[in-house]
Amino acid sequence: MGSSTSHLSKELLTEYQELTFLTKQEILLAHKRFSDLLPQESRNMEDSLRVRVSTEQILTLPELKANPFRERICRVFSTAPERDSLSFEDFLDLFSVFSDAATPEIKSHYAFRIFDFDDDGTLNKEDLKQLVNCLTGEGQDTQLSTTEMKQLIENILEESDIDRDGTINLSEFQHVISRSPDFTSSFKIVL
Amino acid sequence: MSDTSSVSGWDSHRDDTSDSSVFTSMTMSFLQELPSYRSLIRRRTTILGRDKTGGTLLKPASSENRVSSEAGRSEKEHLGSQSIRKYALNISEKRRLRFGPQRFFREIQEAQVKYLSEWDQWKQYSTKSWKRFIEEAKELASHLELWKNDIRSIEGKFGTGIQSYFSFLRFLVILNLVIFIIIFLFILLPIILTKYKITDSTFLIVPSNEVDMRCKVYPMNSTGLIYFYTYMIDLLSGTGFLEWTSLFYGHYTVDGVKFKNFTYDLPLAYLLSTVAYLALSLLWIVKRSVEGFKQNLVRSEEQYQSYCNKIFAGWDFCITDESTAKLKHSSILYELKTDLVEERIRQKVAQRTPEETLRIYSLRMLLNAIVITVLAACFYAIYEATIFSQEHMKKEINKMVFGENLLILYLPSIVITLANFITPIIFSKIIRYEDYSPAFEIRLTLLRCVFMRLATICALVFTLGSKITFCDNEDCRVCGYNHKLYPCWENQFGQEMYKLTIFDLIINLAVTLFVEFPRKLLVTHCSSWKLIRYWGQQEFGIPDNVLGIVYAQTICWIGSFFSPLLPAIATVKFIIIFYVKEISLMYTCRPSTRPFRASNSNFFFLLVLLIGLTLAFIPLGISMTHIPSSKACGPFTNYNISWDVVPKTVSTFPSALQTLIHSITSEAFAVPFFIVIWQLRLSDLPRVTQPSHHVLFHCPGWSTQTGSDSTQRAVGYGKSRQALSHSETYSCSGRDEKPTKLILNTILVPSKLTELPY
Repeated sequence: MGSSTSHLSKELLTEYQELTFLTKQEILLAHKRFSDLLPQESRNMEDSLRVRVSTEQILTLPELKANPFRERICRVFSTAPERDSLSFEDFLDLFSVFSDAATPEIKSHYAFRIFDFDDDGTLNKEDLKQLVNCLTGEGQDTQLSTTEMKQLIENILEESDIDRDGTINLSEFQHVISRSPDFTSSFKIVL
Repeated sequence: MSDTSSVSGWDSHRDDTSDSSVFTSMTMSFLQELPSYRSLIRRRTTILGRDKTGGTLLKPASSENRVSSEAGRSEKEHLGSQSIRKYALNISEKRRLRFGPQRFFREIQEAQVKYLSEWDQWKQYSTKSWKRFIEEAKELASHLELWKNDIRSIEGKFGTGIQSYFSFLRFLVILNLVIFIIIFLFILLPIILTKYKITDSTFLIVPSNEVDMRCKVYPMNSTGLIYFYTYMIDLLSGTGFLEWTSLFYGHYTVDGVKFKNFTYDLPLAYLLSTVAYLALSLLWIVKRSVEGFKQNLVRSEEQYQSYCNKIFAGWDFCITDESTAKLKHSSILYELKTDLVEERIRQKVAQRTPEETLRIYSLRMLLNAIVITVLAACFYAIYEATIFSQEHMKKEINKMVFGENLLILYLPSIVITLANFITPIIFSKIIRYEDYSPAFEIRLTLLRCVFMRLATICALVFTLGSKITFCDNEDCRVCGYNHKLYPCWENQFGQEMYKLTIFDLIINLAVTLFVEFPRKLLVTHCSSWKLIRYWGQQEFGIPDNVLGIVYAQTICWIGSFFSPLLPAIATVKFIIIFYVKEISLMYTCRPSTRPFRASNSNFFFLLVLLIGLTLAFIPLGISMTHIPSSKACGPFTNYNISWDVVPKTVSTFPSALQTLIHSITSEAFAVPFFIVIWQLRLSDLPRVTQPSHHVLFHCPGWSTQTGSDSTQRAVGYGKSRQALSHSETYSCSGRDEKPTKLILNTILVPSKLTELPY
């Protein structure tokens, strides 16, 4: 079909480079991958910047397929009212936060939002429980027992909840993350 | 000029930087930093609903101060593009921010900023490309890693404990291969080149006149008709035809190899290559164990952080493969379960009453005494068996029945193997009564079995040595060793080590074939019998298996001097054992019911290996420096003891070099030298004197900058948890308020950490 060149304009590229942590190549690659998810008729320049891709489509990306937090990631980065689709700029934001160059503060900020399953601004026991279940795998036999889970959550709160209110807020979370040696290297997705 | 209607957060840059505006913004920022305020804001507003004040909350603290005041900031921090990115907003909002009230302010700097930012961009790009290159190189190198996929799948299915065993085995394979390459290059290669006339070289044999002719007699067994079973016995025990091959020391009866331009001193090469591979093994093991030691330290000190790190930073977001993800899930599950189990046990121990403690300790003393008795009994049995075997070995071979002959030859090996088989069972039964945590149980059992195994080798070597040097009449005192019974005693040593190696391999294979597989078959098909169900399916016993390979490696180290091809045999043996164990694990074992953490076990395995190496030094050192080398065979026929070749070679150096070498090896130099080397080595380790608790204090007016930011404020030191009470000794400079304690942490204290007391 007649398709216009799907090259981003130079100004747009520069702008994206300033607003995100991605390099030019990464932005172009992200654009290409995003366009591949679009239906055939929307693959030109203007549409690719405007059209949103549904979460189900995004979840077919190999980088996200095996990730237990994939739904949360899509939800967090989505700017749609129902939080169920991503535009190209949301897509860029996603990979910018997960890129190598992103600062630990940004990463920990978004990690907090991803782990906050009920979107209330704090990590309470339910959030932590869901977090642990995501980590250990889906399926009945891969989950911790109730007593183990309770013990684990108590330990986590003991280590990180400074004001002892039973929840972890953003600054407590960021402080704990800053002491964690593995975080920056594990919170990374490469296109 | 700037927009005067901007909200408070942006007020400060309206005028020239006045102190009041700075002060206001700093107070503002302090208030907004308090965790309680932030929690309040969080609970009030949703994530999406952002107004300007909400926007400031989402910024990391660092950028806020930088944006709001410019007094004395370096230019770098004002890179427009850099600051924008650090905002945790989506792109459209960042755009809005960019072209908002700060626009004019930013435009002024655009000119300078552009230049810098391009340079920064290039720098970023180049570091990124370099990082990527390094990553790709690492990935390529990891493709070459031996057995990588096998070990990963074992880790996923059975946990890190068993995986560390197989990694350890792989390390030993590589170590033995390298040792064999050293031996091949320096000892075998010249001989092969000469023997097969590849180069134009000849053997050099120097007849010596000082040695008594009686010492040089080496009777060869009759090489007439050899029965098949004699052939088999020879193959299994290294006697007969094998004795003359390059497998054993006796083959290398040359004093040098004469090439066109130089003479290759084979005795010197023989000795030095021995020293070289022992030193190499030592260094390699120490290097590996230092890495494990560091990890050990960090992990054990991370008691206060371990859960948070495992949960929040536990998932590797780079994983794209379904099976890798599954492996990761199961290893996370294992680790969490292990941690929780250990904690429960710790709590249980802490809750013990005094009577229980007394009971436990007296029980432990009694059981330790039993352990020592068992060890003593085993040593005595080995001593007797060796004496018996040596005395009867000298009888005519064809006068005995095949089976009896083999039994006599292998008697020490059999006794050692039986002892090594029974005692771990005893020890593991005993340790269950001693009530330790799973990790400690494994280590203590391992330690006991280590003593058992390695001491048995010592007993054997000691017995042999005493027999060789034992002289009861004047006749054998001529040569310094019992030349009647042992004209070439190094060969005997080599043969014993060879027998031990072969027997060990045979036993491993036999146990797998005839015990483990039938057990699995029985359990699967006859599970109706109560006895079978009680016996249950095999669990992979890590201590026994680790000991098996440490034992085999110690034998290899001791025996390599007397049997240069032994490392090659050991390499092949370990490869066979790897596959046999892997197959046995996959098909007959079930995952352990008691999860245990192996992160420190890895280091412990290497420690045990180090003990084995140290134990191997002793017989080698004694035989090289105290027992006269045999005059009938081997490269050292012209020297009194093997070590003599070194002083003799040094004496041929120019005198300046000689005095240098003498001064280096004298005690006055060597001792301080080693101390210095030791200090340098240890400085690789993080300098930890005691566990320090890193207490973070928060002073009003200062933002808490955390992480790698070098402007970290408010650091307090304490030696124990009670350090919290010492917060009264700290005060914030310039203000009377006491600091509030933010967090209690235990971290390793690198020696470079600077303290900024307030």
